[in-house]
Amino acid sequence: MIQFLKLLFRNRLAALGAVTLSFTLLLAVLTPILPLPNPNITATADRFLPPFSDGHLLGTDHLGRDLFSRLMWGTRLSLAVGAAAALIAAFIGSTIGIVAGFMGGRTDNIIMRLVDMLMAFPYILLALAIVAALGPGLVNALFAVAAVNIPFFARNIRGVTVGLANKEFVDAARLSGMSNLQIILFEILPNVLPVIVIAMSTTVGWMILETAGLSFLGLGSQPPQADLGSMLGEARAALITSPHTSIVPGIMIFLIVMSINLLGDGVRDAIDPRLKSGALSRPLPATIVERDTTPPAPSDDLLALQDLRTEFHVGDRTYKAVGGVSLKVNKGECLGIIGESGSGKSVTALSVMGLVASPPGKIVGGAVSFQGNDLVGASYDQLRELRGDRVAYIFQDPLSTLHPLYKVGDQLIEAMQAHRKMPEKEARARAVELLEAVRIPNAARRVDNYPHEMSGGMRQRVSIAMALANEPDVIIADEPTTALDVTVQAQILTLLDELRRERDLAIVFITHDFGVVAQLCDRVAVMYAGRIVEEGPTAPILDDPQHPYTKKLMACVPELGGGKRELHAIPGLPPAVDRLPQGCAFAPRCEFAQEVCKQGEITLDANGDRAVRCLFPDKVSQTEVTS
Amino acid sequence: MAAYILKRLISAIPVLFGITLIVFLIMAMIPGDPATAILGAYATPENVAKINKDLGLDAPLFQRYFIWLGNMLTGDFGRSYSLNRPVLDEILERFNATLILAGTSFVLCALFGILAGVISAARQYGWADKAITFTVLIGISIPSFFLGMVMILVFAVRLRWFPVSGMYAIYGGGDLPDLLNHLVMPAIALAAVATGVVARMSRSAMLEVLRQDYIRTARAKGVNERKVVLGHALKSAMVTIIPVLGIQAGFVLSGAVYIEMVFQWPGIGRMLVDAILKRDILLVQGGVVFVAACYVLFNIIVDVAQSLLDPRIKS
Ligand code: SF4
Repeated sequence: MIQFLKLLFRNRLAALGAVTLSFTLLLAVLTPILPLPNPNITATADRFLPPFSDGHLLGTDHLGRDLFSRLMWGTRLSLAVGAAAALIAAFIGSTIGIVAGFMGGRTDNIIMRLVDMLMAFPYILLALAIVAALGPGLVNALFAVAAVNIPFFARNIRGVTVGLANKEFVDAARLSGMSNLQIILFEILPNVLPVIVIAMSTTVGWMILETAGLSFLGLGSQPPQADLGSMLGEARAALITSPHTSIVPGIMIFLIVMSINLLGDGVRDAIDPRLKSGALSRPLPATIVERDTTPPAPSDDLLALQDLRTEFHVGDRTYKAVGGVSLKVNKGECLGIIGESGSGKSVTALSVMGLVASPPGKIVGGAVSFQGNDLVGASYDQLRELRGDRVAYIFQDPLSTLHPLYKVGDQLIEAMQAHRKMPEKEARARAVELLEAVRIPNAARRVDNYPHEMSGGMRQRVSIAMALANEPDVIIADEPTTALDVTVQAQILTLLDELRRERDLAIVFITHDFGVVAQLCDRVAVMYAGRIVEEGPTAPILDDPQHPYTKKLMACVPELGGGKRELHAIPGLPPAVDRLPQGCAFAPRCEFAQEVCKQGEITLDANGDRAVRCLFPDKVSQTEVTS
Repeated sequence: MAAYILKRLISAIPVLFGITLIVFLIMAMIPGDPATAILGAYATPENVAKINKDLGLDAPLFQRYFIWLGNMLTGDFGRSYSLNRPVLDEILERFNATLILAGTSFVLCALFGILAGVISAARQYGWADKAITFTVLIGISIPSFFLGMVMILVFAVRLRWFPVSGMYAIYGGGDLPDLLNHLVMPAIALAAVATGVVARMSRSAMLEVLRQDYIRTARAKGVNERKVVLGHALKSAMVTIIPVLGIQAGFVLSGAVYIEMVFQWPGIGRMLVDAILKRDILLVQGGVVFVAACYVLFNIIVDVAQSLLDPRIKS
């Protein structure tokens, strides 16, 4: 609660709303004891006095009544009526909702049908009908506004109650012989109450406005009694000649509603945890680049990452997701990047084309050299031209990575047309060709499917077809088979391998599965805590892993292409990349760890065409792994 | 598609009946002799006898309902005593004016609300976003009737850009430019709150969508950013925005009552308020049922639009 309030008041606008509202409430409460003139005393001689007249701070109205005094009393009345309407609506609506939700079955069905019908009315029509039946008057208007808001409470509270009605503590209460009424009062109600309060706080502003509105129409408070709405309604006749009589109550309503809105927004933001983490910020079209060092000179390789560093800045924390990674891949070659989730392998892959979500992501150092050009320093337009054209991606879960509302054919066509002008017909023919190339049966018909009409394996084939659309030089595949089941996974891997050989593609394959690496990759890089810990040709590494982490990773893969498994088998967790330990990041989980491992930087030492970041690689390579 | 529309139309039938029943029951709350109450000031003995016969008011409650319903189904909404003409004629004439006003406001709120929301999301935390967020906050906090009055003061009285009130000029008006000239202020005043709400919802819907994986896919394909935002993202966001538009249509229709009062617009809202003050119950009853039915039908259009956008709905 205290934390909630802190959060709430850190939001300056919400605090402003709270202060304004409290001040208004205070004035409303104090009105009867303030030294105000009687709001209903008319003085025809003093009609329409302007503001700041003698004895009348805000002037007078069309009957010479003191406007300030009327404003105070009117505010008091409006607030009271709005609050009363909210209470009545909350009470009746919640009762209905609890009964419906608790009883379930038929009762629930009938009640909710009725509620739905009430909600089919534009709200004011219902209110007008009620006032028409009961006759104009403030109390009737209050009932009308309350009645109109009952369905809102009924529906919300029913939803919560349904969730509670099947909980164990309710069953327990029933077994202990409590009656339904007792259960509702002592078990359900305390749990529902907070929801009711929140629902009230979000609607009370509306109800103040609605009752004021009915009074404005002349259907609410009747003279001489006046709330803010009827003050405004009466003043309307003199709008042009004496605008202050309208503006004064109008601004008051505005202030009340605005302060309630500000406060309500603040409450909502403070409750919604997604906003707290700042996760609701949108990613920019390309990752922000703020390099603190001069980038290395471009390399001759087709694609090379050079000491690449990518960080996430969340609040005052810095997560070093990629901490200086160097890799390269050439034509026809397949490079595997392997590691647990959180090892930075995906972020490494996304950094290549500036696709790391940013904010909070940021590339802070190193370079990505593609055909001799540095992509990290490239402009957005240059990046966009290369994306999908020369370097294409395949992502993990095709259900979330394909657009659900476009036909797969159109998504393929768009991939092509993003890079070259192509008549619609030709593009469509090419799309069918692509689907055939990834072995989708009935391709000519399938182009018109939506993603949800396909199986997981078919969708992933579509993603691959999309990656192939512009005959790229490099394909970066980020766990493309993890979401699929074993047989489909094997098919997709075979397909990728064939395509690579046919088209001389360079593939960067991100995975957590050594089986996949063995099947597909020429070389492999093992990542841990944002850095490469071992790298080299696949076969020798599989035969003789020299880093303890590599060894453990391999030990948790019992068979080739084992499918949907996460790496649970390694004891301990990878370190959080916002506070990496000194020395070797793997030390806390390493069975070979010595004191020296925890001191100073451990370098990635090359040895022939392999490299390993460990002080005791020989010891590791000689020991049978225990896992 | 046709099957879906038919299904929605059929499902609307019980709702329409429910609406008539609810209105009927509310009217049954009128204390005392119904005929006298319905007639109010017009309760001469002949009129009382006539309405008792017309509506079968001596009959039991449920029978009365079916008589009233049956009459309505044949287009007989009864006769307005205060206006001395058939209720339906008056409703149709007034509803036309309301439709022009509320329809314009609805288009305005959809157009500018979505536009503002998209700009706001695409430039999150930029100055445009801040300006829009601030304007929206003001917009949704001003009661529409007060906004209307302020607009009259500023744009009609001070600046003399637009006429103070009415739908057509009394002398020499009546053509389209004249109508538009009268329409500008009430339409904007009525649209303000709804525009703010739509802008807010659009902004958060866009922010939500822009974080989705398929947006990253579109970017990875090299689709240019304008297409990513206005094509991929907006299309998905519309799935969230369209139902909001449906709800806002109800609020626009409701707000029209106030705006019609402020601007002396001869619409159905003003008709209802006048009818209530004159206790012309049949006119109120007919008007409420008519507008509510239109709103239900409008919501079917909204649902159909939604299903056209999202292929996952039909299955
Ligand atoms: S450096 Fe030490 S702690 Fe780190 S992996 Fe090698 S042996 Fe283990």
